Amino acid sequence: MTITAGSDSKTHGKNTSGLVLEGVTLRLGDGDSTVTALDDVNLTVAPGELVAVVGPSGAGKSSLLAVAGALTAPDTGTVRVNEHELTGLSKRAQARFRRENIGFVFQSGNLLAALTAVDQLRMAAHIAGGREQRDPRELLQAVGMGDKANRRPHQLSGGERQRVGIARALMLKPSVLLVDEPTAALDRKRSHEVVRLLAEETEQANVATMMVTHDHDVLEYCDRTLEMMDGRLSN
Amino acid sequence: MFLAMRELWFARSRFGLMGSVVALISVLMVLLSGLSSGLVEDGVSGLQRLPVDGFAFDEETEVGSAFSRSLVDEEQAQQWSDRPDVEEAALFGNLLVNARSDKDVPVDLALFGVEEDSFLAPEAAEGEGLGKDDGLVVSQSAIEEGIAIGDVLSVERLGTELEVVGALEDKHTYGHVDVAYLPLHTWQEIYSGAQPGQEVGPEAYTVATAVALRAASDTEIDHAAGDSAAQTMSLTLEESFAASPGYSAETSTLNLIQAFLYAISALVIGAFFTVWTIQRKHELAVLRAMGASTGYLMRDGLAQALAILVVFCGLGLGVGIGVGSLITGTGMPFLLETSAITTAAVLLIVLGLLGALAAIVRISSVDPLTALGGRR
Ligand SMILES: Nc1ncnc2c1ncn2[C@@H]1O[C@H](COP(=O)(O)OP(=O)(O)OP(=O)(O)O)[C@@H](O)[C@H]1O
Ligand SMILES: [Mg+2]
Repeated sequence: MTITAGSDSKTHGKNTSGLVLEGVTLRLGDGDSTVTALDDVNLTVAPGELVAVVGPSGAGKSSLLAVAGALTAPDTGTVRVNEHELTGLSKRAQARFRRENIGFVFQSGNLLAALTAVDQLRMAAHIAGGREQRDPRELLQAVGMGDKANRRPHQLSGGERQRVGIARALMLKPSVLLVDEPTAALDRKRSHEVVRLLAEETEQANVATMMVTHDHDVLEYCDRTLEMMDGRLSN
Repeated sequence: MFLAMRELWFARSRFGLMGSVVALISVLMVLLSGLSSGLVEDGVSGLQRLPVDGFAFDEETEVGSAFSRSLVDEEQAQQWSDRPDVEEAALFGNLLVNARSDKDVPVDLALFGVEEDSFLAPEAAEGEGLGKDDGLVVSQSAIEEGIAIGDVLSVERLGTELEVVGALEDKHTYGHVDVAYLPLHTWQEIYSGAQPGQEVGPEAYTVATAVALRAASDTEIDHAAGDSAAQTMSLTLEESFAASPGYSAETSTLNLIQAFLYAISALVIGAFFTVWTIQRKHELAVLRAMGASTGYLMRDGLAQALAILVVFCGLGLGVGIGVGSLITGTGMPFLLETSAITTAAVLLIVLGLLGALAAIVRISSVDPLTALGGRR
């Protein structure tokens, strides 16, 4: 449950399951105006662990999520999820990897307007070929949304939407849960509820969770907090 | 299809609005197709029902006026019938006249002059066939308009009197006028402008408008070779339709309108799906971040377009056919043809899908990275 850095992280073993980033560097922009969004980032998130990443705007937090979630390939370094190497995958293979191994929780839920809460969960299963890893209604029950399963996003509050978003991300039993500013649109009380839920689900589903946040209030629920600054990660 | 169908229901008023445009275009398409088929029927059904593969006209004539200007003679007919690729060739006379029945009913007629023993001779469904010198066999549509077997029609200006001896089974019209068959020599007398009892020179009995050609079985007529031998300008039966008065102008105008409608329908659908796809850009980014493949999202979008097109085209076709069957039989040239309507429906759907596809390919350029962060 510590950051493995340097040579330590090269040893493969039980402790390398979950999410592992080694020497990850990402440069963005083109030609003369490149920005080093990630600068030699080393990080391990073990299954069942909730790690928070905080930092100022432009520090590279979203870039970290993108690299960890197989949305962007890093320029150097490796990303592994449960010993699966992510670097060097084609776009198609990245998409396949995402639907099978990664759960995303987006800012403000980002639910699909046309779908009821329970269909949001079914949709995740449908994308991956229809295999429902968990019962969508039970999962909604678990996040406290059992009685609102047939509501559409516009009939839900921000906090409720976020709960559905968390349930959706867990639908296919991912190995890694990546969470992008889940409390940005919520008041204090709801923020606490949502992050507490994330912590509970992380433990119960034994998933490696990385959460990006601006909200220092909710860090108490996290196992570790890392700070990002100019693309570098520190305790 | 999971998302597509739920979106259709969720945004049903928007899809319904676009769909009703498609439905209205389909209605218009059925009506235009009916009008188009009706005009063709009215213009050339008399030619369509001839057992003929082509016509040879005088070599000087132009296609547009061939049936009214051309004059050929027996020798040219003989030249054509001697050719190995021609089974039979016979003189065919075609003349538009105004006439009046003894009951004072005015009728316009296309007089088709044919030899009684040639392959062109019509079969009468009622009354007798050709035989009597002044005997006419008329189109069924003339009967419907008040001409009866036994009526005597007199050709205006000449005063030639002709007796209706038989009627054909179907509607035979040419240039929107009823067809009446008569013996070629009588036709030749009328064509020469001779009044009853007036002397007609022997050369008048050798001419006709064109040589009607029937190909030997399993062969096509070699038009170029035949033309140079007989000094004629020959056309296939379909090509000769253009020689019917007004035929080219009517069909090309209607075809142009239909082409515009197909284009408008495809553009409406393309425009709708462009806006729809742009509106959903963020949702599409979220779906792609969740791992949905481009193929999955495109299939979903196309299924949505197909569902809309099939439902609303079907609706429009139904209404169109309903309105069309009310028009049929009102005397307006209108004919609902299954093949023409099917073609229109398939074209509307296929072109609509292409329009939607042009919009939906945008999905492949949606960046899943934009799902991170707030709504942009
Ligand atoms: N597409 C891009 N092209 C070029 N530079 C980019 C691009 N996206 C981000 N950057 C730059 O990369 C750096 C890291 O960006 P990133 O979005 O990861 O920051 P962040 O920590 O998520 O910030 P915020 O808290 O505002 O969301 C910033 O300096 C940003 O300007
Ligand atoms: Mg960010």
